[in-house]
Parts: sequence; structure tokens; C-alpha cells
Amino acid sequence: MSDVLSVQGLSVTVRDKTLVQDVDLTVGPGERVGLIGESGSGKSLTALSVIGLLPEDVHAAGSVRLAGVSHELIGADERRMSRVRGLQLAMVFQEPMTALNPTMRVGDQVAEAMLIHRTVPGRRSARLAATELLDRVGLAGAMKTYPHQLSGGQRQRIVVALALANDPALLICDEPTTALDVTVQAMILDLIMQGVAARESALLFITHDLAVVATICQRVLVMYGGRVVEAGPVGEVFTRPRHRYTQGLLAASDLESADARLPTIPGNVPAAGQFPSGCVFRTRCAHATELCAEVPPWEGTPAHGFACHHPAPAMEPTHA
Amino acid sequence: MILRLVERTAVLLVSLAVASVLVFGFMAVLPGDPARVALGVNASDEAVAQLRQQFGLDRSLATQYVDWLGGLLQGDFGTSYVSKVAIGPQIADRFQVTLWLVVTAMIVALVLAAPAGTVMAARHRRISGLALSALSQLGVAVPAFLAGILLIMVFAVKLGWLPANGWTPPAEDPGMFLKQLVLPALSLGLVQGAVLTRYVRSAVLDVLREDYLRTARAKGLRPFPALWRHGLRNAAVPVVTVLGLQLATLLIGAVVVERVFVIPGLGSLLLDGVSNRDLLLVQDVVMVLVVAVLVVNFLVDLLYVALDPRLRVSR
Ligand SMILES: Nc1ncnc2c1ncn2[C@@H]1O[C@H](COP(=O)(O)OP(=O)(O)OP(=O)(O)O)[C@@H](O)[C@H]1O
Ligand SMILES: [Mg+2]
Repeated sequence: MSDVLSVQGLSVTVRDKTLVQDVDLTVGPGERVGLIGESGSGKSLTALSVIGLLPEDVHAAGSVRLAGVSHELIGADERRMSRVRGLQLAMVFQEPMTALNPTMRVGDQVAEAMLIHRTVPGRRSARLAATELLDRVGLAGAMKTYPHQLSGGQRQRIVVALALANDPALLICDEPTTALDVTVQAMILDLIMQGVAARESALLFITHDLAVVATICQRVLVMYGGRVVEAGPVGEVFTRPRHRYTQGLLAASDLESADARLPTIPGNVPAAGQFPSGCVFRTRCAHATELCAEVPPWEGTPAHGFACHHPAPAMEPTHA
Repeated sequence: MILRLVERTAVLLVSLAVASVLVFGFMAVLPGDPARVALGVNASDEAVAQLRQQFGLDRSLATQYVDWLGGLLQGDFGTSYVSKVAIGPQIADRFQVTLWLVVTAMIVALVLAAPAGTVMAARHRRISGLALSALSQLGVAVPAFLAGILLIMVFAVKLGWLPANGWTPPAEDPGMFLKQLVLPALSLGLVQGAVLTRYVRSAVLDVLREDYLRTARAKGLRPFPALWRHGLRNAAVPVVTVLGLQLATLLIGAVVVERVFVIPGLGSLLLDGVSNRDLLLVQDVVMVLVVAVLVVNFLVDLLYVALDPRLRVSR
């Protein structure tokens, strides 16, 4: 089957700065893909390029195609994009406290998602469908409440219900649980998992939390400095990382041991546009040589590979 | 909700009481005896004494205040020391005129500011938005009376489209009423509109940056419908505040504009009162203006609650 989402050669620029470069990424039907990387690596910008909601003066180039949509998403006009957003492609953002309109009842906000795309015949059925959606996220009876009457976790459940209202082919979640406390996180993740499973929607899940990726995703992409540096099945990448950055990232967020003194990746993430030429990681990499001044080629298949001149040996264990 | 209503009403009543003391007190501490002021410097002492007695000015200030306030509460504004005519009916008459003027000006201001401010915000990086900004900046700098004089020069004197001044009650001749209303309402409204535009612009800019607007876009609403459905009410809250505050400015503007356009409103009544040294009349008119401002701000407060459900939580 062909991919639900296919991103090719995506780059994102603001004025003269390049924030994301040469990103290729595919998500198959019903597939759950994780997107990880330190803060500032370009994960959100990648997601926003796909849904076409980049901030003003930030521009995307390249190709983004969505199954069932006959046109290119990059550069599509508002009229066409608005027909895709919320229907075939939905997104859940990080901050639930401010994601809902404070002056509108949450039931109406959920119902609106269906009314916009006319996936229900009328207001009454939209309201019924919204009631059912809220019921399924455990908020039966929240139809008439306003956002301020709900907690952060409850609001995020509303946002999830709203995003899934039209059974999108692809759901993008940008750190949907980062702003929530741990007990609530599990519940939101559960809802997202159940939601996409019931609809056979594909999932692109952005997070810092490698444990979350390990539990919910089948495949993972590692971003650094606006580039995808490694990609592959979660099991492979997390047990046998090849890119030195992935290796560092894994070591820094040790999934198994409870040791609090984790090794960190030396140095800091450079500011946007300040990444070195060639391999973007070379200024922080212990294995870097002169060779790294050249952009490392992608090794392997698009679905499983890495871009590193001095990769970890294929069988090297995680914690060297 | 009920609690807020009670609380706001209490605040209104207290501010009304304080305002009445201030207005009365201010007139009382003005140098000179109101009776002598009314009669002029050449009046005989007997005449002055007689007037003082006739209007109860020989009583203590506290008694006079209570008497005045008690009268106001029953709709009795007292009798002018100068013309010996009842003040209440005059104020009622003039109030209507000013009300027409101020309300029309407010509508002009809103009709101008809401779309202009929104366009300025939505296009704040483009030429059209910047041009509108510059234009409104210019409007802010022009005082209402100057706008009035300019409008008279262009539309009344040069083009002869509209009367330069005068007032006809709407019941008498609606056509004439409208014609005469246009220029004064514009001179008040355009200037207020320019000021208001800037507030609308910043309110809409704030809303455009809100996450819920991005959510609305992610649902599939195009930029303008998203702003309309999800931004309007949120942006209205700060704008309504400014509208309430602007009312005071509009009333002051009306005093001057009524002079320029020879309109028999409260403003002209006030100025007449001042030039006739009719202190009670002045005191009453000022009180009416203050009450109008306070009541409008009370209503604005209630409007907030209607606009923003977050304010409806009972504490
Ligand atoms: N509007 C903008 N103008 C300039 N630079 C921007 C803009 N938006 C983002 N950036 C920069 O682009 C880089 C990537 O941003 P992005 O938000 O995609 O990071 P991220 O991987 O999502 O990080 P986080 O984990 O913190 O959310 C950052 O360095 C950020 O400062
Ligand atoms: Mg981000």
C-alpha cells in the first residue's frame, strides 16, 4: 500500500536562516511513527509544514503529499489546505490550556470540527456525534462546559476528541503530554492510541520522551539540527543506534537503568541557523573528523538508515 | 453571576454617592456666593438676601446637599437662580439631543474601527495595513472641533451638500434631522473611530497570536472565518472597555461640537449655564454627565460577563 504521508526534501527557512533541511519522511497507513530529537531540532516546524500552519515569515519548500489529496500540500492555497486540515489531517498541540476558545462551549467546539467539513448532516447530528466523542474520551456531560471549567488533562482530551472527530487518515501529535502531569499523561496516550487504532489512522508522534516512543511507535525518526539523522524500526534504532547523535540521545535518557547520573551529550544545541556545515552534529561529536565537514550521505533504505561518516558498529551495544 | 451583579451594583451606588458629594462640594467651594454670582456685582444686599432665602441658600451646606440629592432622586432638579425656570425639563430636552449625537458618533466610530482595525491587524506586515495605521494615527491627532470645522468647510461651505449647523428634532422633520446630524456625528465619531481603531488592531493582533486560533485553523477554518468565529468575542472584551471609557471623551467632545454646530444639547446648556452664572444649572448638568458615564461603565461591566464565560464563576 502507498504511504499516507510522504515528505520529500522538506526545508524550512526564515528570512536567510535555514531551520529544517532535506527532511524525508513517510508514514504508512495506520503506522505509528515517532519523531524525536532535542529541543530546537526542528520537529515542530516539520509538523507545522505538513499541516501548513507555519508562523508568518517562515516558509517551507519541498514536497508534502497526503494519500487521498490530489495536490501538493506545500504551497497549496488556503482554500485547498482548509479542506484537508481537520478532515484527512489533524493535529494535537502541546499546550492544552490555551488550545481551546475560552468563550465557546467545548461541545460546540467539537461539533464545529464536523460541521466545517460537513461530515455530519446538520447541527443536531453534529451535537450528537460530539456528545459521543466526548463520552469516548471519558468526558460525558462536558458538552456545555467552558474550557476554564476543565483541567489541563481534560482539555487535552477534548482536543484529542476534536482532532479525531472526522476520522483523519493522519494524526499529528506535537508533544501532547509534555504540559501534563505524569498520571494524566498515560491516560492521554491511551486515548490517542485507542483513537487511532479504532479509525486505522496513521500517527506522527513528536516527543522528547523515548520511553513513550518505545511504547507507542513502530518506527522512529531522529532529528538534529533540522535534519533527520537516523530512521528505522523502534526496536532496531533504540537497541542498535548507528548515528552518534542517536547513541548520545539514548545514553542520556537511559530507558532501562534507574541510575540518575546519566551521561549527557556534551555541549549545547546551537541556536537556529548556527549549526555547522557538513554533519550538523560534528561540533558535539567525539568521533568527528575532517571528513565530517562534508554532509554525510544517507546509508540504508529511506525507511531504515542513518547519515553518519563514523557510525557506531552495527552490533555495538547501546551503552558503550 | 448574581454575586457579581450585586457587587457591581454596590460599586455603582457608592460611586454615584461619591460623585454627588464631589460635584456638590466643588460648586460649594467655588469662591463667591451663588446668589451674588447669579445677580451680579451691582445687586443690592437685600436682593441677594432675598434670593438666598428664596432658594434656601442660607441653610447649612449639609442641608442644602441633602435637599439637592433628595430632589434629584425624585427627578426634581430644582429651579434656576437666574431664569427662575425649572431645570429638570430643560435637561430632559437637551439630554435627548446629546444622546442622539453621542450614540450616532459611537456607531460611526465602531463601524469605522471594527473593520479598519481588523484589516490593520491581519495585514500588519503589508502596505495596506501600514497605510491604514498611518491614517488612523493622523485621525488620533485631530481634535473633534477641528474635524468639525474642516467638515463644515468642505461639505457645507464648499460643496453645499449638508447644512453647516442647526438642529431639528427627528419627530418634526426626519430628513432634516438626519442631514443636520451627519456632520456633527462625523466630527465626533471619526476622531473617536481613529482612536478606537488602534485598540481594535491591538486586540485582534493579540487574538491572532492565540493558540485557540491555531486550533481553529487546524480544524479546517480559513483565516478570516477562524478570526470571525473564534476571535471576535475574545477581541471584543478589551474593545468594549475602551468604548466605555471613550464615552467620557465623547461627552466632553460633544460639549464643544454642539457649540461649533449650534446644537441645543447638554453641552450648550452647560456652556450657557456657565456664561449666565447659573450655578445650580451647571451643577445639575455636570451631575447628569457623571451619572451617564458611571452607568455606562456599569453596563460595560455586565457586558464583560456576557462576553467572557470565565468571569461567570461565582467566587
Ligand atoms: N518563527 C521562527 N523564527 C525564527 N526561528 C524559529 C521560528 N520558529 C522556530 N524557530 C527556530 O527553529 C528551530 C526549530 O524549532 P522547532 O520548534 O521545530 O523545534 P522543536 O524540535 O520542536 O523543539 P522543541 O522540542 O523545543 O519543541 C529552533 O531553533 C527555533 O528557535
Ligand atoms: Mg516543538
